[in-house]
Amino acid sequence: MAVLTENKQKFVQGTNRNTETTEVEKKIVYDTKNLNLWYGEGHALKDINLKIAENEVTAIIGPSGCGKSTYLKTLNRMVELIPIVRTSGEILYREKNIFDKSFKVEALRTNVGMVFQKPNPFPKSIYDNIAYGPRVHGIRDKKILDEIVEKSLRGAAIWNEVKDRLKENAYGMSGGQQQRLCIARCLAIEPDVILMDEPTSALDPISTLKVEELVQELKKNYSIIIVTHNMQQAARISDKTAFFLSGEVIEFTDTSKMFSNPDKKETEDYITGRFG
Amino acid sequence: MSIRANFQAELNKLKEMILELGDQALNAVGQSIEALKTQDLDKALKIIENDGQINFLEEEINDKAILLIAQQAPVAIDLRRVIVAIKISSDLERVGDLAVNIAKSVIRIGTKPLIKPIEEIPRIAEKANKMVADSLKAYNDEDVEFAKKVAKLDDEIDEAYGRLIQELLELMTQKPEYTAQITQLSFICRHVERVADHSTNISEHLLYLVKGRRYDLND
Repeated sequence: MAVLTENKQKFVQGTNRNTETTEVEKKIVYDTKNLNLWYGEGHALKDINLKIAENEVTAIIGPSGCGKSTYLKTLNRMVELIPIVRTSGEILYREKNIFDKSFKVEALRTNVGMVFQKPNPFPKSIYDNIAYGPRVHGIRDKKILDEIVEKSLRGAAIWNEVKDRLKENAYGMSGGQQQRLCIARCLAIEPDVILMDEPTSALDPISTLKVEELVQELKKNYSIIIVTHNMQQAARISDKTAFFLSGEVIEFTDTSKMFSNPDKKETEDYITGRFG
Repeated sequence: MSIRANFQAELNKLKEMILELGDQALNAVGQSIEALKTQDLDKALKIIENDGQINFLEEEINDKAILLIAQQAPVAIDLRRVIVAIKISSDLERVGDLAVNIAKSVIRIGTKPLIKPIEEIPRIAEKANKMVADSLKAYNDEDVEFAKKVAKLDDEIDEAYGRLIQELLELMTQKPEYTAQITQLSFICRHVERVADHSTNISEHLLYLVKGRRYDLND
């Protein structure tokens, strides 16, 4: 019955090409309400309101300095590492305000993994890179760790490439492999959300495509928020796209709409390469 | 120099090619009607020969559009510009084919005097041609309102076509010895009517280009 309804939904969406498609209500992972952020006097994020849905890929695009990375780093409160930062407004993660005093930042970062622009494996073996997080969380049993390592590496689509050299140093891997290792390391603590900050900008085209494929695979089990300079990448892999400009969200909509017929002139100018 | 000046120049070139194709297709329709009026079979033959040029230009437009997609990965309005170029060129190529069909009918009619003066056919043909020219003007200026106005004229053509066919059918019963000629004249009317339909298609493509939504202007 559920499948039937779903198919019917698709059919209806397919035939009503000119009308807004009705959204099936998705669970919200992150609900950002009137978020403002300042670096000293600089107003970096202005009244951000965004709802990020579960099991979707949300892409954040915009020119350099638009606030997209700042926003991403606010979601796991990494931005607080910079002393001059001030914020106002709320970010609800699973309906709890992450800025509340009672909210433990460690708990947040256990649930929200992050992958950075440059692969940053630890100078340890492939195995130990993955086992690091679970060990910190107190898992000592070799058998359980073995399972986590295999599952995480499989999840990051790199198991077959490294299964025979798990004891080798991660620095011996290619850049693309290192990045997928970092994704595997992130999966090892079974997060809820994965934040990715330009995860392929330091990779070659083939590695980039592998990571993109992986993101598509991962969204079945995780919610992914990805900052990217590569607009075609956003178009290829994301369900929703937010366009940031000068610290504001100019447009936030379905990626298919964003790249075929955006509402705002600024969005169109940016994605068609008329400014940026 | 603005960002993507080169791409913009290529898009402009694509548009110029479309307008050139339009000129050639419309000229072919005009010439085919001229050939009918004067029963000039050489002229009709020439239209059939020249159709290769029109087809070639359509292929060139398609090749250029495909190359632009591959090289420039256009999105949003830029992507619609390229897609619409492919669609409009297809309509214009069909207009060229209709001119060929008219020319073939002219040849089949031959030099046997026409059953009656046929001012009405050239008159409608001129209107249909003007519709195509105007829809291309709307495309060139990206003028949505003008495109809608042009599309409205299609009703007049349809009505005139209905009247003409009725008249030709009546003639057929009165003068059965002219059946073959009247059949060809009916075909010509049908082809002319189809020319106007392509104008409506072009207007719809232009609306899609500007608005990013599909429209049906035949209502």
